[in-house]
Amino acid sequence: MSTVFQPHEADWYEATARERITGLLDPGTFLEFVGPEQRAMSPHLEQFNLTGAFDDGLIVGGGRLNGDAVFIAAQEGRFLGGAFGEVHGAKLVGLLRAARDGADKGGPKCVLLLLDTGGVRLQEANAGELAISETIQAILEARLVGVSVIALIGGRSGAFGGGGIITACCSRIVVSQHGRVSVSGPEVIETNKGVEEFDSKDRALVWRITGGRTRALTGAADRYVKERIEDFRAAAIALAARVPAFTIETLAAEQHRLAQRVQQYGDCRDSPEMWRKAGLAEPERIAELSDDAFLAIPQLKDAHHDAR
Amino acid sequence: MTLDEVLASLFPGGHTLERGEFGIVHGVGGAEGGPIALMGVVDRTPLSVDGALRLASHVLAVIDKGGNTPILMLVDTASQSMTRRDELLGLNEYLAHLAKSLALAAALGHRTVGLVYGHAAAGAFIATAMSMQVLAALPGAEPSVMDLPSISRVTKLPPEQLAKLAKSTPIFAPGLGPMFAVGAIAEIWNVEKPLSGQLAMLLQQSATGRDRRDQVGLTREGRLQAARISQRVIDEATHV
Repeated sequence: MSTVFQPHEADWYEATARERITGLLDPGTFLEFVGPEQRAMSPHLEQFNLTGAFDDGLIVGGGRLNGDAVFIAAQEGRFLGGAFGEVHGAKLVGLLRAARDGADKGGPKCVLLLLDTGGVRLQEANAGELAISETIQAILEARLVGVSVIALIGGRSGAFGGGGIITACCSRIVVSQHGRVSVSGPEVIETNKGVEEFDSKDRALVWRITGGRTRALTGAADRYVKERIEDFRAAAIALAARVPAFTIETLAAEQHRLAQRVQQYGDCRDSPEMWRKAGLAEPERIAELSDDAFLAIPQLKDAHHDAR
Repeated sequence: MTLDEVLASLFPGGHTLERGEFGIVHGVGGAEGGPIALMGVVDRTPLSVDGALRLASHVLAVIDKGGNTPILMLVDTASQSMTRRDELLGLNEYLAHLAKSLALAAALGHRTVGLVYGHAAAGAFIATAMSMQVLAALPGAEPSVMDLPSISRVTKLPPEQLAKLAKSTPIFAPGLGPMFAVGAIAEIWNVEKPLSGQLAMLLQQSATGRDRRDQVGLTREGRLQAARISQRVIDEATHV
């Protein structure tokens, strides 16, 4: 069996952050900023007896997507759960600010965010929390000047905590089945509210509440893709072409969209209850379908929208 | 200080405040420079999908009215609401929607000021207080990402060792001092003096339009890496 990495065919979930970048962009176009050779590492981990990484778990750079210049950032979910620390977060903030500042000077008009994060890195919690807030502000400032920011989520750490909030600030969101998006993780809810509220060991339940399928069907994500990197690439190309403007009209529409969701599904305890209400066939089986069968299901009313 | 005491000190000329469901309040404060739109999450209520949506509706109503009325966000919230229902409905979108509404209001010329007078934690802290252009806090405020016992559980370091570490760095410890040092909080107000004057001073400062919290953290020597690293990325990205 060949061990040569085939970037486009590779599985997003199994790939490292660097492999995802390689497979997502046009071949040979990636140029890293503040790369690992610069040793921009977290100075805070040593006091917790943790080993740092030369890139602090976040890779940023530029490249081309289908010929167009883009900026790209990828979190390594296998390094401390892809969590936001000071250096990690500052690299992302810098990239987004560069996109904002360069948008009217011929710079890239698109930023790809390959999120794979448990949220704040608690060993540097205050810096991580602030970095998340700064990331949100930088995304929105970039969107205001016409930059599109595309979130791509399908890694083992999902997009939790502040990572979930960042996700929903992006112009478009792509998820695979593994793309769990949430604020409070199941373990956090179980710790705070008890196992009756959320049994974090019940993996099927976790998928039904936070998984990519639930997010895609309800319109919390814009595009559901199969697990291959080339599927993410195709979705990024398709979605980057047209994104919602960050305006009062968009936010008024989002207010309406989110209010409708609470009104329609606010009394549901689990996603099959939502699918039943929405009139989907065999609501209990949605989670078990193959990706192809899932993609054939009609999305719920209002799932296709520009209200983001 | 209680919310009533805070409001009395902020608005000696009077104010209205409606206490709504989900811990969400809104109203108007009278100030010399003109009315200020008041809103907030109070009574340490966890911020839920319903609360975030209600709060965002108040922000969008201010934008809809036009003009440049400042917004003052009063914050005393335990954290985001940690329930299965909130996550099933997609709490991340609701919190983001609130953050987006506040950013848009600022971009359209409304000064946005946060005041943490009680608790503020985790995702609720990000979507409310930290989404304002300027954040002030009262000396008794308790902002945090997570409490020390929970950090201890995750980092597997004993609480005593964490408490000791917390004395040497503001980078992870909960509380007002560390949050001020890293640049999250712009000002800690003096409760011995009327808050109205301190709010007026803050509103008089012109908005920079840019997020400078990393610079503040650097100046205060609480967050030494962030500003330098983000600038290095900008430099490399700009010279491609």
